[in-house]
Amino acid sequence: MTTNTSSSVNIEANQTTTQIEEETFKPKNGSDLLVHALKEQGVDIVFGYPGGAVLNVYDALYKNPIRHILTRHEQGAIHAAEGYARVLNKPGVVIATSGPGATNLVTGITDAMIDSIPLVIFTGQVATSVIGSDAFQEADIIGITTPITKHNYQVQDINDLPRIIKEAFHIANTGRKGPVLIDFPKNISADIFDEANVFGKDEPIYLPGYQPNTKPNYLQIQKAAQAITEAKKPLVLAGAGVLFADARSELTEFVEKYKLPVVNTLLGLGSIHGNHELNFGMAGMHGAAVANDAIQKCDLLINIGARFDDRLTGDTKRFAPKATIIHIDIDPAEIGKNIPTDIPIVADAKEAIKALINKDIQSPDNGEWLDYLNQKQNDFPYWYVEDENEILPQQIIEMVHSITGGDAVVTTDVGQHQMWAAQYYKLNNDHCWVTSGGLGTMGFGFPAAIGAQFAKPNKKVVAIVGDAGFQMTNQELALLKEYNLPVKVVIINNAALGMVRQWQELFYDGRYSQSLMPVQPDFVKLADAFDVKGYRITTIDEAGAILEEALNSNEPAVIDARVKQLENVYPMVPAGKSLDDIVGVKRI
Amino acid sequence: MRRVITVSVLNQSGVLNRVTGLLMKRQFNIESITVGHSEQPNISKMTFVVNISDEVKLEQMIKQLSKQIDVIKVNDITDKSIVLRELALVKVVSPANLRTEINAIVEPFRPQIIDTSKNVVTYQVVGHPDKIDAFIELIRPYGIKELTRTGVTASVRETQPVETLQLSILK
Repeated sequence: MTTNTSSSVNIEANQTTTQIEEETFKPKNGSDLLVHALKEQGVDIVFGYPGGAVLNVYDALYKNPIRHILTRHEQGAIHAAEGYARVLNKPGVVIATSGPGATNLVTGITDAMIDSIPLVIFTGQVATSVIGSDAFQEADIIGITTPITKHNYQVQDINDLPRIIKEAFHIANTGRKGPVLIDFPKNISADIFDEANVFGKDEPIYLPGYQPNTKPNYLQIQKAAQAITEAKKPLVLAGAGVLFADARSELTEFVEKYKLPVVNTLLGLGSIHGNHELNFGMAGMHGAAVANDAIQKCDLLINIGARFDDRLTGDTKRFAPKATIIHIDIDPAEIGKNIPTDIPIVADAKEAIKALINKDIQSPDNGEWLDYLNQKQNDFPYWYVEDENEILPQQIIEMVHSITGGDAVVTTDVGQHQMWAAQYYKLNNDHCWVTSGGLGTMGFGFPAAIGAQFAKPNKKVVAIVGDAGFQMTNQELALLKEYNLPVKVVIINNAALGMVRQWQELFYDGRYSQSLMPVQPDFVKLADAFDVKGYRITTIDEAGAILEEALNSNEPAVIDARVKQLENVYPMVPAGKSLDDIVGVKRI
Repeated sequence: MRRVITVSVLNQSGVLNRVTGLLMKRQFNIESITVGHSEQPNISKMTFVVNISDEVKLEQMIKQLSKQIDVIKVNDITDKSIVLRELALVKVVSPANLRTEINAIVEPFRPQIIDTSKNVVTYQVVGHPDKIDAFIELIRPYGIKELTRTGVTASVRETQPVETLQLSILK
């Protein structure tokens, strides 16, 4: 270690205040510059895992600290960053080493790409002199991540780093959001930079190939307004674009002003209050009967920030057959990709909704339509048949909902528990629903909850996970104690890969090939090993009291809810079928 | 249908990989691709030929390419008045007793002889890809020893035919 005065000052300042450092700390090498540039971007937390190629970066973090969360696996770090980004609607930052550290991020990067979650990811890389020589812990992460990032960079000259970081945050968090990766060779992280050449923070960004359009076209808005006024059966489909644009209040005002019914996509949940009278729930494969029926019968479908994913549309040829389609999306490539669009509007959701509100058009004459939908909603609610001997997973989620009052941040993995959570947890707020939608990543929910808890330290964060998915990332339990995080993990434990089993029951004559897991770990003991309180629920009578104790405590908790193994998620639109072919809408 | 697409890109490392990777991921098959510097520093121009019959897929491909950060401009120039050029180097078996005959046959294609040895002549032929196809077919019976083609590069003509009312009625 050098005996340089400014660095010793910083070691003393290390754990106390960052203000002194800001004044006295002078970045010297590439890694210092990285930390400095991150602070300039307002980054106050990073999720990561050290390793050989990022030693310089971690040394810089030691001298000039940004809060660093040490997960137990890089996948945990990136899912935590996703949870953080989803809840705060700003980029999450991840650091990992080269080779295996970088490749362990790949699932999370893909997940963030497909669900448009803003992330800035730093990976270490071997020194530029040995890149391409199959060096120790070398992986071509630029090649690997080119198709799964919004953009990626390899730093070739330390003087480029501030510009790259600035561009990366800009790209990640504007337009259609997404992950940006910066690969940082080890020798460059130690390079001394030339202060005169360094791109200043006030210098404008120059990206001629990246100019997302946020303002809606006036003529298109006019056409849309006309279509709304003339519609008899209008319907708004609200997707995650509404949330990314922070347009919940605008959406609510818009639909209230013109009396438009709303349905949500899975990722759009929370874009309007779960119990709003104009909200007819989630549409899609396991959506509400009324929501899917509304899509099939509407004469005008106003898609705001959803990408017509196949799990939403079913058979695209028979999707919304009677509807004129208005599609508002910030990404022009989404328009017309899956569903032919009549009135495309390329814009930020908030700007477009505001423009439609300001049009002051005549509300459509849709009283009959609303009556019809209300009746349908009344007649075909989500349903389950209670069982004397077994707990139903839906009951557990209903209880979690009532105990937390719909106010918690809820994260999930993928599968049956995810669908039940989407159906039965009526969200009061936006930015409180963190789920892996497009990629469908098992093991996402629990680390995402950790990230969400860092984002909102005073909010209740509940990870609703399956017994199988939880085991993919449960090593992150170590963080709950270490960082004092009161995250609650509710394991919907059916000792099976529930959704796989359901499809095998319905489409493979009940041949349960590798989908049952009769021997699961004792999750209470597992929690205990990490010094986290574990609870077990085996009967419905004790469920309420246990959940109440666990969810209301200020401590972290793992709740192992043993539920009926053979319960299925309904309603269901079989894959590839039309939304009209929905089954299980009525209580059996 | 064959489409000729030109793409202006920032001349960054990996940009070719981005463009071809994207086309592969979205299942578009590239027939040919050429890349080189443009008149502006740091900007390269790519010309590629793809076979797409579906209008929706074509639009999707153009949008996906435009979305790339390093891509500045994408143009489908197929329906414009354009100049298409390709260069081929063809090594032909050409013994002394046949050489005059071969040279006479290929003469209308105005190829250049750029290398020659006792039994082999290398022709360079430049033109529209159809012309090159025709040249190759013509010379094939004499025995092609080696063939390399550059792929198509293209440029839009300065003067475009004016769409007049009468013309569109005639169509």
